[in-house]
Amino acid sequence: MKAIAWMRRGLSHRKFKRRNRSLGGDIVLVLILGSFGAFSLFPLLYTVTSAFKPFSEIFIFPPKLTVDNPTLDNFFDLGTIVEDFAVPLSRYIFNTLTITGLGTFGTVMLGAMAAFPIAKYQFPGSKVMSSLIVYALMFSTSVTAIPNYLIMSSLHIIDTYWAVILPAVGGTLGLYLMKNFMVQVPDEMLEAAKIDGASEFGIFFRIVMPLCKPAWITLIILSFQQMWGTTGGIFIYSEELKPLSYVLSQLVSGGISRTGVASAVSLIMILVPISVFVVSQSNVIETMATSGIKG
Amino acid sequence: MKKKRDSFAVVWKKHKYKYIMIAPFAIIFFLFTLLPVVISIILSFTSFNMVSAPVFVGLDNYINLMVYDPIFLTAVKNTLFFAIITGPVSYIMCFLFAWLVNDLPRIPRAIMTLVFYAPSISGNAYLVWKLLFSSDSYGWINAWLMKLGITQEAIYWLVTEDYIMPILIIVQLWLSLGVSFLTFIAGFQNLDRSLYEAGAVEGVKNRWQELWYITLPSMKPQLMFGAVMQITSSLSVSQLSIDLVGFPSVNYAGHTILTHLHDYGNVRYELGYACTIAVILFFIMMICNIVVQKLLRKLG
Repeated sequence: MKAIAWMRRGLSHRKFKRRNRSLGGDIVLVLILGSFGAFSLFPLLYTVTSAFKPFSEIFIFPPKLTVDNPTLDNFFDLGTIVEDFAVPLSRYIFNTLTITGLGTFGTVMLGAMAAFPIAKYQFPGSKVMSSLIVYALMFSTSVTAIPNYLIMSSLHIIDTYWAVILPAVGGTLGLYLMKNFMVQVPDEMLEAAKIDGASEFGIFFRIVMPLCKPAWITLIILSFQQMWGTTGGIFIYSEELKPLSYVLSQLVSGGISRTGVASAVSLIMILVPISVFVVSQSNVIETMATSGIKG
Repeated sequence: MKKKRDSFAVVWKKHKYKYIMIAPFAIIFFLFTLLPVVISIILSFTSFNMVSAPVFVGLDNYINLMVYDPIFLTAVKNTLFFAIITGPVSYIMCFLFAWLVNDLPRIPRAIMTLVFYAPSISGNAYLVWKLLFSSDSYGWINAWLMKLGITQEAIYWLVTEDYIMPILIIVQLWLSLGVSFLTFIAGFQNLDRSLYEAGAVEGVKNRWQELWYITLPSMKPQLMFGAVMQITSSLSVSQLSIDLVGFPSVNYAGHTILTHLHDYGNVRYELGYACTIAVILFFIMMICNIVVQKLLRKLG
């Protein structure tokens, strides 16, 4: 508990006087932040305003960032296009929710469960597992896509939700963050619980998980973002199993005449992950504080 | 710590629950992360098309790739060029912006964090760059260049060989303030403030000296983690290139190792050859990461 209290204190607002800060430096700081902030924000703002532009304003020369007569037409057009789909939109939404839900739950539960013994105990194999987890961070999953496909087809899970869920659950980023956070849970607490007769599972669920709430909230967010954006690729080919982001990305690549609708789509896709992050920003930062590679 | 190895039965009795807790993840990790690496390496020595059984061909794939496949060499050149720029620059950006953001009061800090982090979580919102760099006068950049009289007619940004790589680099940098950025912010917030107090007494004069003498050494673990994230993502560019400049891109100017892999794996079904490409990329990633980790370990 002490370690966590210490962390909380570290996170709370700075209490010390600002030293070593010149006015010139502060001005440069604001300028740099401002200009790169604009670079970062501009394309997203452009997407947002384009979503509310009437057809006539999309083709103004030169294009403008602002909207003169905001309209919801693009969203209604999107509705009309979506109605003509062979597969109803609700089905795509259901697919995305299922994939995101199961994938996120799996990543968090299995990751946390495996992270606990590796973080807090020494046993034959624990060192090897620790380093395997770090090494697995060093290459991207696109490298293993082909054998993954072969393994899945021999397990007969190609073209099912599992084909996108399982590889995501098998990634180590979540476990790695979880493990680093768990290291801070004081040993004395685990000892005390053990003396009171709690099993490893009991300790995990009653003590470790409640203490590591920032970590698993972060994991939920990272995993959510990943699953939310998945298009299924080569692993899901049945139209009725495709996730929402697949359909929407098809709409976005429809060329200039669909600019307005595409922007409406992008806006919807952006809004969800960003709101999730806004709500949980402090938990995420708290978790990331422990993400370093020790050594 | 232990002097002699316990027998399997003793180990199992003592640590049974730990292994049971790890097992579900371990099985999935083995099947979908570890085993695929091994299979890739094995298949890279075969000729395999999904229809008939793999045939062992020795080093043929590697030789063909290195000697008889000029497009692969273009892909390697593009990927390395892309990674050498976006890797370090994005890494420095993550650090610099985290550092600057950290100096802000609480509310502006939360807002700026979101502003910088937003592009990386916005899924395929980067497609808006296609509009900005659109080849007609409706594209934002063309329109303003023409309006201001810098150019007379629209530039074909995404289909001109010389512009493709710079555009991909810009968009990748836009996307790159992700997990590492958050890690650095967190690292800054948890730095021991008393070190700075002590530093000021010892004669640290400005923020640059603070950075060099106090901040960098204390943030080594975060810096190492961030490096892994940025190196891996800058070497795995493919979807960005396919979406923005098309596949194949004009004169292969946007062709990367992963789009080459996509070509042989998903289009031509020459899986043995595709695995060879994957294995080479795998080793490039591992070597870059391990070397950089070794270097960063020396810091401070």
